[in-house]
Amino acid sequence: MKQPKLKWAMLVFALGAVMMLGACKKKVAPPPPPPPPPPAAPTASLTANPNTIEKGQSTSLTWQTTNATDVSIDGIGAVQASGSQQVTPADSTTYHLMAKGAGGTQEATARVTVTTPPPPPPPPSATEEELFAQNVRDVFFDYDKSDIRADQQAALQGDIDFLKQHPNINFTVQGHCDERGSTEYNLALGDSRAGAVKNALVQGGVAASRIKTISYGKEKPFCTESNEECWQQNRRGHFVYQK
Amino acid sequence: MNSHLSGSAGVPPAVSRASRPRLGLLVLTSVLLISLPGAAQDWIRTGTGLGVEKVRLAVPEFKASTPDPRNPDLLKTFNDTLWNDLDNAGIFDMVSKSFFPLAAPGSPNEVKFDAWSEPPPNASMLAFGNLGTAANTLTVQGWLYDVKNISSPQVLGKQYTDAATADAARTTAHKFANEIIFRLGGGIAGITESRIFFVSSRSSHKEAWVMDYDGANQHQVTHQASISLSPRISPDGSRLAFSSMTGGGWDILMYSMDLNRLVTFPRFGGTNLSPAWTPDGTKLAFSSSRSGAPELYVVDASGANLKRLTSSRGPDVSPVWNRKTGAQLAFVSGRTGLPQIYLMDADGTNLQRVTDEGYAVSPSWSPNGQFLLFSWIRHYGPGAPGAQDIYIMDVASKQWVQLTHDGGRNDFPSWSPDGRHVIFQSSRSGSEQIWTMLADGTNQKQLTTAGSNTQPNWSWK
Repeated sequence: MKQPKLKWAMLVFALGAVMMLGACKKKVAPPPPPPPPPPAAPTASLTANPNTIEKGQSTSLTWQTTNATDVSIDGIGAVQASGSQQVTPADSTTYHLMAKGAGGTQEATARVTVTTPPPPPPPPSATEEELFAQNVRDVFFDYDKSDIRADQQAALQGDIDFLKQHPNINFTVQGHCDERGSTEYNLALGDSRAGAVKNALVQGGVAASRIKTISYGKEKPFCTESNEECWQQNRRGHFVYQK
Repeated sequence: MNSHLSGSAGVPPAVSRASRPRLGLLVLTSVLLISLPGAAQDWIRTGTGLGVEKVRLAVPEFKASTPDPRNPDLLKTFNDTLWNDLDNAGIFDMVSKSFFPLAAPGSPNEVKFDAWSEPPPNASMLAFGNLGTAANTLTVQGWLYDVKNISSPQVLGKQYTDAATADAARTTAHKFANEIIFRLGGGIAGITESRIFFVSSRSSHKEAWVMDYDGANQHQVTHQASISLSPRISPDGSRLAFSSMTGGGWDILMYSMDLNRLVTFPRFGGTNLSPAWTPDGTKLAFSSSRSGAPELYVVDASGANLKRLTSSRGPDVSPVWNRKTGAQLAFVSGRTGLPQIYLMDADGTNLQRVTDEGYAVSPSWSPNGQFLLFSWIRHYGPGAPGAQDIYIMDVASKQWVQLTHDGGRNDFPSWSPDGRHVIFQSSRSGSEQIWTMLADGTNQKQLTTAGSNTQPNWSWK
């Protein structure tokens, strides 16, 4: 049933088309007069410099149009055919220029991206290095001695507790000496001091593999005056976080 | 252990004959003086050279032998160096220039014997000669005359040719001085061509430097840009062992003086300090904490065959070998508290302590094996003056004499090859500098001024 209907429709259409084409060919129309030259189409350009600003800063919009009688920018309104203007958009804005003239309408756009300055970073949680610096205390020694003084046990126990709570921290113990005495003997003594601190830490349960030791002897003093207060500052096992 | 020390047959006679009995005597005298209340002076000058008749030597300036305009500058360098070398030698009574006759001889036919041998010069020996440049060659003729032996006066006649430079003039003067010292000083070679290695901070890092024995010609050896300490030159002068802070800690590093660069030496781990060459140059002793506490080890010069020598509770450091026998070591140990000087045999046996109080460090063994130099804060503790001075000890008798008295911290004494001189560091001028003196403590002179200069080590020849 369907097939015959479709055939009929195609036939009718074909016949109609032949008739119409035939009719057209027969009628030869005279050429129309040449049309008057159309009015020139307007041109427009719009730029923003810079095109990225931080919030609160301004940027310079510059535009140029030709053949336009009516130029306007969204948000600014009617403007001269060419010009520039400072704008301070609060948010990212697409400036839209419309230049209308006899020849038509031309549009131009310029995008100004407004970035917001990064907010001050929120106080981060302390890193292990900072915790190390805050919690680990150096161990001080008597003159020419490398055994742990009784008054240093509390500091050392605090170090052991902290270091056991932070098992990922590796560190160096530097042995230091005061300026008195001889270079070579002080380097050996500094080595003994660093070794004594390491031994105490290991006995307290800190893994030996986390601890490096080095002696500075009297080569890198913390304090350079020649008095007992200063010398005491220099006789120490100094903890250094290992990155 | 005294057996090989008392065998002084091979010791150069000029040193041993004069010093051994005398040292003991003078120590007694000085102890007596110290113990006497109200003694005007609490120390006396003494040492190895006292009582030896010094040769009275006149050294007029050498004369120009050519008309070359470079002669005056080169002559000044030559004459200054020659005078200093002979004056420094410590075995001459130098005739003051104000006593010289008006005419100085430039060649043998100009020598007026009486004018030199009679007062006021009253010289026994006369060193004279001439210097001339022609083209780029420097020619020096030098003579040593026994002016009291007119029939056969010539002791030495030498001619040297070298480049016409100030360096060559200085080297030539050193060579001629060495000949005179060798001839008149009991057959012991002079030290004018020896060198001194030391640590200087003047490059802003502590590096090993070297200079001529008289302080001239100072230049940097190592460029580690770290902290480098305790430079020790090998007996043949070819390698410099030193201790340097590297990435892993303190390691013994080896610098080739022939190749002018570091050569391979093993890293032992721990803190490795104070290398010391055996007199035959085949082994090194040093301090290492590779197995815990700082102990003494010995290793082949190649770095092989590491052996541990000590096992004590306190730090052991600063070993030196008996330079005569190579069979004994002196070293510093804190095993009983403050550091003291100890001796032991090369295998670690026969340990004995040789200082009994204070803070004693930095031993240096004399070339003839008889003496130790060391640095000592003898009276140590609250209220004690705490001066750190250089002392000399007779190894066999353990008697000692103080050599420096002039303030400051005096440390790291090191013997000259001829055993007549000592180089050391002193802070007496306000900063740490290298000083030299005769082994009796006289004739102390500062050799360095720029930066801080420490740990001098005199070459073996």
